[in-house]
Amino acid sequence: MNELLDPLLLARWQFGITTVYHFLFVPLTIGLATVTAVFQTAWYRTGKSEYLRITRFFGTIFLINFAMGVVTGIVQEFQFGMNWSEYSRFVGDVFGAPLAMEGLLAFFFEATFIGLWIFGWDKLPRGLHLATIWATTVGTIASAYFILAANAFMQNPVGYELSAEKGRAELVDIWEVLTNRVVLAAFPHTIAASFMVAAGLIISAAAWHLARNQHLDTMRPALKFGLWTMVGAGILTTLFGDQLSLAMVATQPMKMAAAEATYDTVCGADASFSLFTLGTPDGSTELFSIRVPYLLSFLSTHTLDGCVEGINDLQAQYTELFGPGDYAPIIWVTYWSFRWMIGLGLLHVLIAVVGLWLTRKGRMPRQQWVWKVAIWSFPLSMLAMSVGWIFTEMGRQPWIVFSLLPTASAVSPNVTGLDVLISLIAFTLVYGALAVVEVRLVIRAIKKGPPDIGEPDPETGRVEPATTVY
Amino acid sequence: MDLSVLWFWIVAFLFVGYFVLDGFDFGVGMSLPFLGRDDTDRRVIINTIGPVWDLNETWVIVAGASLFAAFPEWYATLFSGFYLPLLLILLALIARGVSFEYRHQRPEAQWKRRFDLMIIVGSAVPALLWGVAFANIVQGVPLDENHNYTGTLFDLLNPYALLGGLTTLLLFFTHGVVFVSLKTDGDLRGRARRLAARSGIATIVAAASFLVWTGFASGTLWFWILAAIAALSLIGAWLANARGAEGTAFTFLAITVATTVAALFAALFPDVMPASNDPANSLTIANASSSGYTLTVMSWVALISMPLVLAYQGWTYWIFRKRVTRASIEAVAAH
Ligand code: HDD
Ligand code: HEM
Ligand code: HEM
Repeated sequence: MNELLDPLLLARWQFGITTVYHFLFVPLTIGLATVTAVFQTAWYRTGKSEYLRITRFFGTIFLINFAMGVVTGIVQEFQFGMNWSEYSRFVGDVFGAPLAMEGLLAFFFEATFIGLWIFGWDKLPRGLHLATIWATTVGTIASAYFILAANAFMQNPVGYELSAEKGRAELVDIWEVLTNRVVLAAFPHTIAASFMVAAGLIISAAAWHLARNQHLDTMRPALKFGLWTMVGAGILTTLFGDQLSLAMVATQPMKMAAAEATYDTVCGADASFSLFTLGTPDGSTELFSIRVPYLLSFLSTHTLDGCVEGINDLQAQYTELFGPGDYAPIIWVTYWSFRWMIGLGLLHVLIAVVGLWLTRKGRMPRQQWVWKVAIWSFPLSMLAMSVGWIFTEMGRQPWIVFSLLPTASAVSPNVTGLDVLISLIAFTLVYGALAVVEVRLVIRAIKKGPPDIGEPDPETGRVEPATTVY
Repeated sequence: MDLSVLWFWIVAFLFVGYFVLDGFDFGVGMSLPFLGRDDTDRRVIINTIGPVWDLNETWVIVAGASLFAAFPEWYATLFSGFYLPLLLILLALIARGVSFEYRHQRPEAQWKRRFDLMIIVGSAVPALLWGVAFANIVQGVPLDENHNYTGTLFDLLNPYALLGGLTTLLLFFTHGVVFVSLKTDGDLRGRARRLAARSGIATIVAAASFLVWTGFASGTLWFWILAAIAALSLIGAWLANARGAEGTAFTFLAITVATTVAALFAALFPDVMPASNDPANSLTIANASSSGYTLTVMSWVALISMPLVLAYQGWTYWIFRKRVTRASIEAVAAH
């Protein structure tokens, strides 16, 4: 019973569930806002009605998704105070600043211009209306920067001083917080990954229609766009992921050791990267593995003869620094989440390259299995995103702020296990129900296809979009 | 002026902005069962706030984040202490937000009814609970020496706080109904005006009792001045509504909401969370605030961003100033 009502455990589950959930919608919002803006720009430039229809098509999916991002985001913000009040007290002076900047500089912007975009089709001049979707896009990307800067402080605290009198971390240099080397790599990595997710959606939606040989005029250009975006964003994600690896090894060596399940420090050819390992469930004994020599050394240091510290050595160092304790995260989680993130990412790029080859010079593959594979692009890119975050956040454990505050000391002392259990159940049920509704709506919108829009104006050759109402 | 005192008033300003703006959204949502006779009516009502509810709601996100940045102790105590009411508010805001977007996605009557219900409940619950929460803050709650809330849920549901909740519920309701009459035409507009006249009386009674009670418990000079303005403009709003001057009535009600919230902050000053058990445990502006450096940084950010925010939000309201008509909804629905 006590075990079941442990507020710490429940609060962690709640944070994990609600954040991963929030972050299913956010990357798609970031990606689709941009995609919608690009196609609307194409329409603005050329006046071709296909582009407007694609804009409206992805715009609808974007809005269904946006609503979920907004409402789940409020939960994120309240949760720090509700479940993690000791954390809020300890870091509020530092961590609150990027969060408040996100609100003042990004959320207001985004929330205002999205309203103008949705309802402004017939109220704003065409160019100004186009500007509102770009403004929304800028808002979503800016909000990602600030929240990732806040998160980077938890991974690699900088720009602060410990105040003995107040017993908390205090900000001394905001610039250092905003240019934390972790955020400088995590931000482009996350944005590029968000474009992969959006590209995944486009590929899946286009594949569904093309497999049925319908909506060719819109879905063929959409597919091309999606495939190229996937390849481009995939390359960028990999390049910035590499930078992020370097930053991670420099700031949290334990996470890389755990990602690779290396117990003892290894150098050069021994610092191999295992593509696949079969071992005992706790990971301590290896039964079988496929390894690439030098790769781990290269990922961690960009040299072939670098050394990667092992879990046992780091554990000994940390015990000396911070006192007795267990300083390693759950190894199988970090090991597999890291591989799934990278593996799924590479798989996507591969699928997209094959797709580009199969559709070269306007060809359309007739084998149904090609489209069946393509339809998996979207769910799998979402999965890659989620496991990437699970790796980042669970790999940081047992710290909530690395080296400064253990997660166990961060939870609200006066909130009971029952309180957290009630909210955990409430959120899980509500989120579960909403997921069903949202997925059905998105699938319905995809199946419906791009909307028909009236005849072009005989004088200008342009089509006028219909007004939007709720 | 000390920056922490400035930030107390910036936080007050953000909550004023939130309650003035999202307050009437709540009222519009709650008015659906009273004013929406058919689906077109209900769509007209929802579309009066369609383009703006999200930006209005964002005020609470910014207010919360500013509380976190400027007064971490206050944020920590308030959010962990008022756990279950805040949970209900969150669930309500989730229900309301998705419903605006999802209601029109399918034509079936049952689908729409379900989301109508979520809009109504999702508007009424926060309208009530925000009042309960703020009344409790002003009245004070039991805190230990680490500023952690030691009471239970039922301590928060005391008569004074419930009166506070009733006040915000009625005030937001009337504000929303007046907004509907300001933004629609024809029959709906007239019905909204008549409904506001009736709910206005109840609002006046509740608000007057709440303000007088607050005044006798923790009133300062500034509290009484602001409360008097609130009372006068509320009566002014009622009279304007009776004469059919919707714009004036709406403005007066906005002043009422703004001055009522400001009066609560004035009653609170210089505490931020008074401890009802032992004043030594109270959270004050001085012991709850962030460091001088953080407040300086945040002051610059607010100074640069707020004028811009007010400008583009004002512009949005200007763009969508026209009344929403049944004809405009029917034209699109027929598409
Ligand atoms: C489509 C999604 C996707 C793909 C294909 C990849 N990543 Fe990733 N990765 C993410 C999505 C992601 C993420 C979910 O967005 C994370 C979580 C935190 C972050 O900043 O980005 C992340 C985190 C993350 C981290 C952890 C940073 C930390 O904990 O401080 C590392 C080291 C990498 N990535 C490295 C890579 C490499 C080397 C990749 C390819 C070869 C790669 N990622 C592909
Ligand atoms: C958006 C993508 C994110 C995802 C999917 C994510 C996921 C998670 C998960 C799974 C946990 C639970 C870890 C555990 O308890 O073992 C966690 C913890 C946490 N994360 Fe994140 N996180 C994300 C971003 C962020 C950001 C941007 C912040 C801060 C601004 C943040 C702050 C926290 C906090 C405060 C905890 C709770 C303490 C803990 O258990 O570690 N997270 N997150
Ligand atoms: C755990 C920390 C997080 C908190 C406290 C948080 C907070 C919020 C809030 C309050 C909203 C609603 C804003 C509105 O009404 O417009 C929101 C939406 C959003 N958040 Fe998060 N968020 C978190 C994680 C993240 C991360 C990691 C990112 C980006 C990398 C992100 C990016 C966004 C974006 C782009 C939106 C708006 C778009 C949408 O609604 O889908 N958030 N978030």
